[in-house]
Amino acid sequence: MAQLICRSLSLGYDSHEIVNDLSFSVGAGDYLCVVGENGSGKTTLMKTILGLRQPLGGEILLGDGLTRSQIGYLPQQTEVQRDFPASVREIVLSGCQSRSGLRPFYSAAEKRLAEANMKKMDIDALSRRCYRELSGGQQQRVLLARALCAAESMLLLDEPISGLDPKAAAEMYRIIEQLNAEDGLTVIMISHDIEAALKYATRILHIGKTTFFGTKEEYLRSEHCRGFLAPEEGEGNG
Amino acid sequence: MADILAKFALYAQYPFVRYAFIVGILIALCSSLLGVTLVLKRFSFIGDGLSHVAFGALAVSAVLGISSSMIVVLPVTVLCAVLLLRTGQNTKIKGDAAIAMISVGSLAVGYLLMNLFSTSTNLSGDVCSTLFGSTSILTLSRAEVWLCAVLSVAVVAVFVLFYNKIFAVTFDEDFARAAGIRAGECNLLIAVITAVIIVLAMNLVGSLLISALVIFPALSAMRVFKSFRSVTVCSAVLSVVCAALGLLISLPAGTPVGATIVAVDIAAFAVFWVIGAVRA
Repeated sequence: MAQLICRSLSLGYDSHEIVNDLSFSVGAGDYLCVVGENGSGKTTLMKTILGLRQPLGGEILLGDGLTRSQIGYLPQQTEVQRDFPASVREIVLSGCQSRSGLRPFYSAAEKRLAEANMKKMDIDALSRRCYRELSGGQQQRVLLARALCAAESMLLLDEPISGLDPKAAAEMYRIIEQLNAEDGLTVIMISHDIEAALKYATRILHIGKTTFFGTKEEYLRSEHCRGFLAPEEGEGNG
Repeated sequence: MADILAKFALYAQYPFVRYAFIVGILIALCSSLLGVTLVLKRFSFIGDGLSHVAFGALAVSAVLGISSSMIVVLPVTVLCAVLLLRTGQNTKIKGDAAIAMISVGSLAVGYLLMNLFSTSTNLSGDVCSTLFGSTSILTLSRAEVWLCAVLSVAVVAVFVLFYNKIFAVTFDEDFARAAGIRAGECNLLIAVITAVIIVLAMNLVGSLLISALVIFPALSAMRVFKSFRSVTVCSAVLSVVCAALGLLISLPAGTPVGATIVAVDIAAFAVFWVIGAVRA
């Protein structure tokens, strides 16, 4: 059974539909890249999977014993966070909220988990530093460590490399690939970087005017891919 | 120096001075706790709007001749806090416009009611004292002191118990919701605590100056400290120190209590701003 099945989903705001009749499934250990133009509903899809908003129609099923709180989430950075006085440790630890439920304080085991994830992301030396003083790549690793505290088997990443320089972006891709290959985490990633998507992902979901879901090889042979790889003049995807 | 100390010793014999110190310090402590969250969540204006609502409610209770005004002011302010939060999420009337509407509206209605129905001979004095809290801190009854103390302890207890959740919701609401925190209820809790703090703080600084008590310590601490916990602790300590200093200055000098405390808060902000700038 797949970990995540979406059946004829339709997504949008109020009654305005952006995506309709979207069906796909994700199995344990898959690396799925979600691509498509700006405004095509990629982030909305991710938020719907997380239960942050309701789909207009269709259904989302979780299988393999996966529950919503076991999904790690790396959202896009918000305006508030740029000026936020918080130490790296405080932020990573807040990822354990999904485990602590109504308990007001973190347990020793949760603190150890946060330490381990900081070590894994190679930010343990920064643990007392202020988040807003870090570089873009370091900030992203902090948020990824936080997501790992929540993630037991699945990671949802919303444009994890946006705003990073090429070196930091390559490092980020390497980390994500490692989490997928070595820790067996299922990865669902929204990306604008179609080349990287094709390099790392095993499956591609293209949403927009038309949708495509299939393996990387199938995508390369499809119409969607050709249209997306060579966009018309002035239709860049900034 | 001995003169001043003797003067303080004399003042301290009066129960109303001791009450003022107890209540002032408790209120300062409470008001600073949520400051960081309110500033970072862009909620500072909600605090400001609610303080005007509290003024309107106070005017209504004065007109109705209710002696213990807290019975009216507290529920009305809490209710408005909940309503403001709801409209903030609803897009029909934008959050800031809704706040402006409610706050200016209740200010006007409050003043109008006081003018029309007040039996007091010194109307402008009454209004001024409600807006700037000039003497109310010195006229508290024993029961009001107890009520203040109980509410303050409740606010601190709730803040400590929900500290980690408040942090998570403030830093990243989407992530917090994905992690299973009920962010809507958490925001509601923040709004209700804010309303309680504002009603408490009206006694100390009056309804127009409350926002200063909420945001100045937090902004000062944010200049210098770098983790959420250290900023919270620093703003609590700073707020208490500023309130105590303000009271110590204003009692012998005869200056208005609220304005003096806020002036000390501003001075502290300047000092912290310089420290922050020098370090950077």
